Amino acid sequence: MFKSLAPPDYLATIDREKCIRCKRCIQNCGWNVYSWGGDKVLIDTFKCVKCLRCYHYCPEEAIEIKDNPTKFKQNAYWSFNNIKNIKKQAETGGIPLTGMGSDMPYPILFDNLLIDACQVTNPSIDPLREPMELRTYLGKKPSNVKVEKTKDGKLKLAEKMPPQIKLDLPIIFSPMSYGSISLNAQKVLATAAKACGIVMNTGEGGLHEDLFPYRSNIIVQVASGRFGVNPEYLNAGVAVEIKIGQGAKPGIGGHLPGEKIPLEVAKTRMIPVGTDAISPAPQHDIYSIEDLRQLIYAIKETTNYKPVSVKIAAVHNVAAIASGVVRAGADIVYIDGFRGGTGAAPSIIRDHLGIPIEHALAAVDDRLRQEGIRNEASIIAAGGIRSSADVAKAIALGADAVGIGTAALITMGCTTCGKCYTGNCSWGITTQRPELTARLDPEVFGDRLTNLIHAWEHELKEILGALGINSIESLRGNRERLRGVGLDSFTLDILGVKPAGR
Amino acid sequence: MNHNYQKDISGCGLTGLISRKRRPISGSEIVKSLCLMTDRGNGLGAGYAAYGIYPEFKDFYAFHIMYDEPTVKRTVEDYLKSNYHIEKVEEIPTKAVKAIPISPMLVRYFVSPLKERLAGEQEETDFVVNTVMKVNSEIDGAYIFSSGKNMGAFKGVGNPSDIADFFRIEEYEGYIWTAHTRFPTNTPGWWGGAHPFTLLDWSIVHNGEISSYGINKRYLEMYGYKLALLTDTEVVAYLLDLLIRRHGLSIPVACLALASPFWKNIDQRDPEEREALTALRQTYGSALLNGPFSVLFGHSNGLVGINDRIKLRPLVAAIKGDVTYMASEESAIRAICPDPQKVWAPRAGEPVIVNLED
Amino acid sequence: MVEINASGTYYKELNQKIRAAVEKGEKEIVLKNVNGQYYIGAGFVGSTNITIEGVPGNDLAAFMDGPTLRIKSNAQDNISNTMNSGKVIVEGNAGDVLGYGMRGGKLHIRGDVGYRVGIHMKGNKKQTPTIIVGGTAGDFFGEYMAGGILVLLGLDSTGPLVGDYLGTGMHGGMIFVRGEVDKNLCGAEVGILDLDEDDHKILKDALTDYCKDFGLKLEDIMKKGFKKLVPVSLRPYGNLYAY
Repeated sequence: MFKSLAPPDYLATIDREKCIRCKRCIQNCGWNVYSWGGDKVLIDTFKCVKCLRCYHYCPEEAIEIKDNPTKFKQNAYWSFNNIKNIKKQAETGGIPLTGMGSDMPYPILFDNLLIDACQVTNPSIDPLREPMELRTYLGKKPSNVKVEKTKDGKLKLAEKMPPQIKLDLPIIFSPMSYGSISLNAQKVLATAAKACGIVMNTGEGGLHEDLFPYRSNIIVQVASGRFGVNPEYLNAGVAVEIKIGQGAKPGIGGHLPGEKIPLEVAKTRMIPVGTDAISPAPQHDIYSIEDLRQLIYAIKETTNYKPVSVKIAAVHNVAAIASGVVRAGADIVYIDGFRGGTGAAPSIIRDHLGIPIEHALAAVDDRLRQEGIRNEASIIAAGGIRSSADVAKAIALGADAVGIGTAALITMGCTTCGKCYTGNCSWGITTQRPELTARLDPEVFGDRLTNLIHAWEHELKEILGALGINSIESLRGNRERLRGVGLDSFTLDILGVKPAGR
Repeated sequence: MNHNYQKDISGCGLTGLISRKRRPISGSEIVKSLCLMTDRGNGLGAGYAAYGIYPEFKDFYAFHIMYDEPTVKRTVEDYLKSNYHIEKVEEIPTKAVKAIPISPMLVRYFVSPLKERLAGEQEETDFVVNTVMKVNSEIDGAYIFSSGKNMGAFKGVGNPSDIADFFRIEEYEGYIWTAHTRFPTNTPGWWGGAHPFTLLDWSIVHNGEISSYGINKRYLEMYGYKLALLTDTEVVAYLLDLLIRRHGLSIPVACLALASPFWKNIDQRDPEEREALTALRQTYGSALLNGPFSVLFGHSNGLVGINDRIKLRPLVAAIKGDVTYMASEESAIRAICPDPQKVWAPRAGEPVIVNLED
Repeated sequence: MVEINASGTYYKELNQKIRAAVEKGEKEIVLKNVNGQYYIGAGFVGSTNITIEGVPGNDLAAFMDGPTLRIKSNAQDNISNTMNSGKVIVEGNAGDVLGYGMRGGKLHIRGDVGYRVGIHMKGNKKQTPTIIVGGTAGDFFGEYMAGGILVLLGLDSTGPLVGDYLGTGMHGGMIFVRGEVDKNLCGAEVGILDLDEDDHKILKDALTDYCKDFGLKLEDIMKKGFKKLVPVSLRPYGNLYAY
């Protein structure tokens, strides 16, 4: 009997001449690709996901991970994944799972947008030597401010502002729960968030006590599973997020199997060890928009009115939905595009449901403006932000800030192999296996993530400088400074962006 | 919300003056001051605004309207007749000037809104603003370029002295004047594109490019403003209207929103003031004017000059007696006031606010 | 000595008249009734002395290489733009962006100055461009300074001595400030030091000439202590880039 009719994606190979039989590859691989054969390393290439842990830890550069040349016949219509999934489904009758954001070749609008720069009629600004401000406040803003003068002629606010989350730059770390990622990975996010003056989001897995020192840089999440939710938790961070949906799997719940619920995860989620952690598809106290309002205000009452964020997936009617969310009382609308990452999702869902963040963001920002309520909530755009250029473009389209998840994980070693759902992550990110999570030193990788954010901060300042503006609020929603290339007029119309040359 | 527009870009020179005691000052003064700054314009636009020029009609909104052709005029007049009491209609007096062979029809109306047309609690000023927005954005070939009381704007395509001659500026006497010579980088040749831009009593002359235009425009659109002119200056006029008239901010506070102090500076203030300034920036981030600018804005009670947060455009101020002068260059002031008592360069983002005495 | 009445004269004609006088060998030229004419002395070479009565326009002494200009009143923006040698003396205040890219010569201002004064001033070989400001200065004083000497005196001034972002981007040259300097106002690359003996000599030499121009007493100015500002790192942003 053959092994499987779905051939392996990759061929893990070892140059036997170079190999010194140190067995580091065996130790490092979380997927058991390598084993010891008595005199040499044996390879089960079916298990290889090309996470490249072995490659990086081989002292002799003896390892090479090749794309399997013997996959299937090239076919412009039937992709490798189409055929492989059919084979797998024929063998198992199951739904193929996947991790990370969709890599399907849909158009990437970010790559069809270009940013303006100054020439002559307005001066560009040197961001290193002149002031350049990225500070961002998330939360509901009044439409106007009442200011009065004190006796000594100083200004005084007559009516207090609604609560705001202060960010040193318009980036936050997207929600990733303890359970979907390791505690060490969450610690990396927390230390970097603190160092960079931004926030991380717990995801729906509760808040581990090790993260308590970082509470002023944490948003806690409430989702359909209500894991770890109690009054202390709701009050633990700077804001509370209600998760309605996720870009990678809109309308789909989650299921963390019992074998992935060791003691610490169980404690944090406030469930028994070894029980399944199921997140139902909807929140069962929200079947309609007025129910969302009820939950938002329940949380506000419990937290003495901390800002409440509502995370929704970018779906077809996202503009109307977001408008309803804002009218329901959300202080922040978090929109997750279909490219957004996931720890586990059916690939058919991930790759075929939802819409890109670029369209969704533009539509939501427009709608909120048309309805005169854009100031009522901040917009966080997420789902496929890959660089500071994407950040700048998202902000120009109308986002107050962006959420990054995958980019943050890449600083921890992630190679976007997409096998997060296996729990075998050799980099110690999407796993709870102690021998693997121990590899992720929060301090070392916290510095690396901090470096990334600081580098993007500098890049954003360079972009603003080229645009001749010295404050991020002058880029926010300033679509006049974007141009589309190769986009049809419908798309340009949705984006509210002129074509290059006009 | 139309995004598919061609934005107009221009450089320029500006000048203005105010007699705090409301002494009438001849238009010839401001013309002389403006004409000194020849090199700041390129002859493709100039304009003047004056306050206190229509004392006999001071209770009526003075609509200055330009028409491309007579049928449009009829359309607008029909609209005005059904919404306003029209006290007086006349052609805006002009003089034939060789350098200005063609011009639109220029008519002024002294009007007041018909009470029965005001919906419920609607403010009269909102009604007038709506009229201006409607005519300017919906009626092709008609453009209301002045709509305040006891004030008026006069502007067109031409150099400062020709436009002054054309509109017989020297025949007007006002206690506040602003003026502008323009250096557009393209040549739309449209009279409406010249400065000052006005709305109600606000009149704006502006030097520089507002790099935040795109978001300022979208922000204003959320409050119902229709930006028909595609120039930076228009947003300044409407932002002032929104912040001061509709949101009730004082002029100094509105200036703090439009040219906000840097966070570094805000963070150093006393807690109360810090809180107030932070709230202003949080709320009015989309109204922040970013990029190089200096602006003079006149209003029924005074004149204000302000420039951008890092002073990328010049502004000089001077005082002599009850008159305050502000201009892009000191020489433009000296041209009409050779011996000022005080001359200074206002600091970046710090407004010069001069109010008329009661 | 020759007098030229600049009243109502466009800068092109005015500069032509001055050039004609220089070509005739005039060493002393007085311009009367100047108001706002751009480019006076721009690109002039030689050793003529020109006295200006009235407010000259922008780009005064731009690219100038040799002559001495004395302005009896205030002056506007962009004085001594990319100047190579010579001297400009302003008896009143002056505007923004003075001495941009100035490679040599002197700019002496008795009064206050605006923003970005001494921006990207640079020394070359034996040239040491020098700007001395008698009054106060706005933000970005000495921005991108690459060489030469900037002196800020704050004589008989009431307002703050200097604005924010002092010496931001500074990578050469020296700024001498009379009085104390708030570190919060300085660019990241600027160090505040006390003067050593050499500094005192340089400063005294520069100020002696300045005092002569305005009839001031050096010892009066020197009664108050100075601070020296210099770049403390030649590549303060080197670690910003990834290679």
